[in-house]
Amino acid sequence: MTKQFKILYRTVLILLAVAAAMLAGALILWTIGADVTKTYSVIIFEPLKNKIQIGEVIIRAIPLTVIALGISVAYRSGIINIGAEGQMAMGIIAATAVALAFPGLPKAVLLPLALTAGAIGGAAWGFIPGLLKAKLHVSELLSTVMLNYIAAQFYTFCLRGPMLDPAEITMGSGTPQSMRLTKAIWLDRLVPGTRIHTGVYIALFLAFTVWLLLWRTSWGYRMRAAGAGERAARYGGIGVAGCLVAAMVISGAFAGLAGAVEVAGVHRRAIEGITGGYGFSGIVVALFGGLHPAGIIPASFFFGLLIVGADMTQRMAGVPANMVLVLQGIIILVIVATRMVLANPYLEDRVRRRYCRLTDRGREE
Amino acid sequence: MEPNTGKITSLRVEHITKRFPGVLACSDISLSVGEGEVLALVGENGAGKTTLMNILMGLYRPDEGRILINGEETVFRSPGDAFAAGLGMVHQQYMLVANMTVLENIALGYTRAWSPLALDLDMVRARIDEISRKYGLAVDPDAYVWQLSVGEQQRVELVKTLCLGARFLILDEPTSALTPQETDELILLLRKMTRELSIIFISHKLQEVKNLSDKVVILRRGEVVFEGSTADHSSDDIAALMTGREIHLPRNEAPECEGKPALDIRGLKVRSDRGFLAVDGLDLSVCAGEIVGLAGVSGNGQRELAEAINGLREVEEGEILFFGRNIADHSPRDVIDAGMGYIPEERNTEGIVPSFSMKENFILKDAGSPRFSARSFLKLEEIDRNADRLRTEFDIRSPDTDAAAGSLSGGNIQKVILAREISRMPRFLVAVYPTRGLDMGAAEFIHRRLLEKRMEGIGILLISEELEEILDLSDRIAVIFKGRIIGTLDRRTADSRKIGILMAGVRNDEAV
Repeated sequence: MTKQFKILYRTVLILLAVAAAMLAGALILWTIGADVTKTYSVIIFEPLKNKIQIGEVIIRAIPLTVIALGISVAYRSGIINIGAEGQMAMGIIAATAVALAFPGLPKAVLLPLALTAGAIGGAAWGFIPGLLKAKLHVSELLSTVMLNYIAAQFYTFCLRGPMLDPAEITMGSGTPQSMRLTKAIWLDRLVPGTRIHTGVYIALFLAFTVWLLLWRTSWGYRMRAAGAGERAARYGGIGVAGCLVAAMVISGAFAGLAGAVEVAGVHRRAIEGITGGYGFSGIVVALFGGLHPAGIIPASFFFGLLIVGADMTQRMAGVPANMVLVLQGIIILVIVATRMVLANPYLEDRVRRRYCRLTDRGREE
Repeated sequence: MEPNTGKITSLRVEHITKRFPGVLACSDISLSVGEGEVLALVGENGAGKTTLMNILMGLYRPDEGRILINGEETVFRSPGDAFAAGLGMVHQQYMLVANMTVLENIALGYTRAWSPLALDLDMVRARIDEISRKYGLAVDPDAYVWQLSVGEQQRVELVKTLCLGARFLILDEPTSALTPQETDELILLLRKMTRELSIIFISHKLQEVKNLSDKVVILRRGEVVFEGSTADHSSDDIAALMTGREIHLPRNEAPECEGKPALDIRGLKVRSDRGFLAVDGLDLSVCAGEIVGLAGVSGNGQRELAEAINGLREVEEGEILFFGRNIADHSPRDVIDAGMGYIPEERNTEGIVPSFSMKENFILKDAGSPRFSARSFLKLEEIDRNADRLRTEFDIRSPDTDAAAGSLSGGNIQKVILAREISRMPRFLVAVYPTRGLDMGAAEFIHRRLLEKRMEGIGILLISEELEEILDLSDRIAVIFKGRIIGTLDRRTADSRKIGILMAGVRNDEAV
């Protein structure tokens, strides 16, 4: 009964939050003179109307899930990783570099190698702010954001310089992108007619792993303790500094891996704009998903839906895709508010008693 | 708006009920305070005292019941409402800004002296002057708060509350941080103040309940179990009503122990957070099977000493020999592995991870030990079993072991810490203020456990400000003053007068 109520309570609150966000969004849509109902129905229902579109939603949910999982590991350990965007870029570079350097290797070797390289690239980019925070108490908010800029510039440099497709030079078009990577690093497509790739399995596997790590291992226990009560963790003999670094390395590795999967599964070459804000949306997804894998997966799907829906509103309802960014912003605000409400046990208890009274009366009648 | 300045001649609380998740914090509580009366509200930790006071201060709204002031029903929607009605509360933790003067601190809440662009400090000063004279509360408006002793800070809190218009005082454990002398002064002062106003005060200390209050209300598990005049009942009666049974604080009457030195501190120097030497050449030794009580007014280096022993604070100079091995500047992990148990001063933030469940807190030091994990995977069943066992054995009151540790009452949190530290089978225990703020039932329980450990041959360094606690439990008593041991007394020759003199920093050669 209590557990049942708890789930009901949370679900209702989250639905209310979504409704509140939509209402606020509707107001803004109305002021710019858009057709509110049409816009919403396009965002929410159009992407689910056929197989191809659903596939598009899923392939966007994959990197979001992986990045959000990494961010939740960091967040739970007491460090806020805003650098996933840069870590993802470094992962793409590393994976692409491996694919370009060893085009002759068989798939069974090259694919794992490239994915690992991606994870290492991201991990290295996560390690730096982790170490700075642990040893010198440098705010991770500053260091991760600054490293994002560096990664973005390095990424552009690579695509225009060392990794530039030779064909672009000979043809003189100069689009900053790498050559098409060897088929040996392609992730297989799962459903014919869509772009859904085996990255889905990777994401689900990682979700399970994160859950296992955080709630079932002594390492996860220590990391959570360091995040939830630094002083108590230190008192308990837990190496807080080590936990911070480990959490950032894991977080970075996940973002890097998300980049590698994106290259191997969707684009099959490094092009500009792959990261496309996934690193930032990942933060929202992680929070919206309650920093728990079981919440992050549906949250990623929801945000995937928003991204695809945004594209479609532009085409079908004449509303600029940027409006969806506005909606995202509203959702973030609503989430923060909802989290405060969810964290209030008194309110929950009051609602529970009222609910009990109602259901009891219902039974009597 | 000109605040109402009339006296509060009666405060009545009728049939107040307040529920929290899984707990009935207050159940049909009624009480009344008349003009110039002092009501003592006593009860064990978790009996509902604080909840009731928070309702009076408008922080919570009662689920049922009402509050009447001078016979009129009043509804408090926020602390501001309670304040406007003339109720003022002095909390256990003082709400003062340390690097501001007394005057500035009081001006912070004195909105009448505010104008959009200027702050009328002269007006605040005049008000402080008026209140000081009216109630006989001397404060220096230009002193910085950090310069004041705890007793003086409390006086500032009182003046502040009165300046802001309180005509009825609620005091939450007003003496918990005071020295014995300061406590006596406070009681005299409050007695005088009852000429002007009425007081409700929360306390665990029965002596001051006897000395100060006219009426006493005893709460147990959210209900009023006793209400009557203080004069008609002895402290023992009140203590028994409070816990529902007779309380006898245990005493250390065991024969002198001749164990080997377990902890031997030599010439220790440790810096405080502010950079001065808080521990300045301290020598102290504790044998196995011995309790050494370290008495002293808080802030004389106790915290720094405990932290240095446990590897949580850098050692400037000196040695900490633990069974012959120097553990100065070792990591907390090393010290724990060497067999040290530690009950820290800050139980809510250091002793537990508040958001973790009780069972998770039990393994705070042992998540990686073979007992609770195999190949890094936690043994959930063993963790559950351990938690259930400790919860029963230490009588920790909570619905289950999944409850967040931070949601427990102070006494129960302390029991969680004690259970963890003792069940780890330490070779030595450092206990800092182990019963601060706890009721007698919980204190008795903790004292018994500490004495049991002593009989098992474990050395204990007991750091406390409560002289009774020190006298009851210790084999030897060392007094710390300004970071050094100023004198050591034997249990048989020590009494609170001698200790009190040493605590004040006066070296009495006869007593040594």
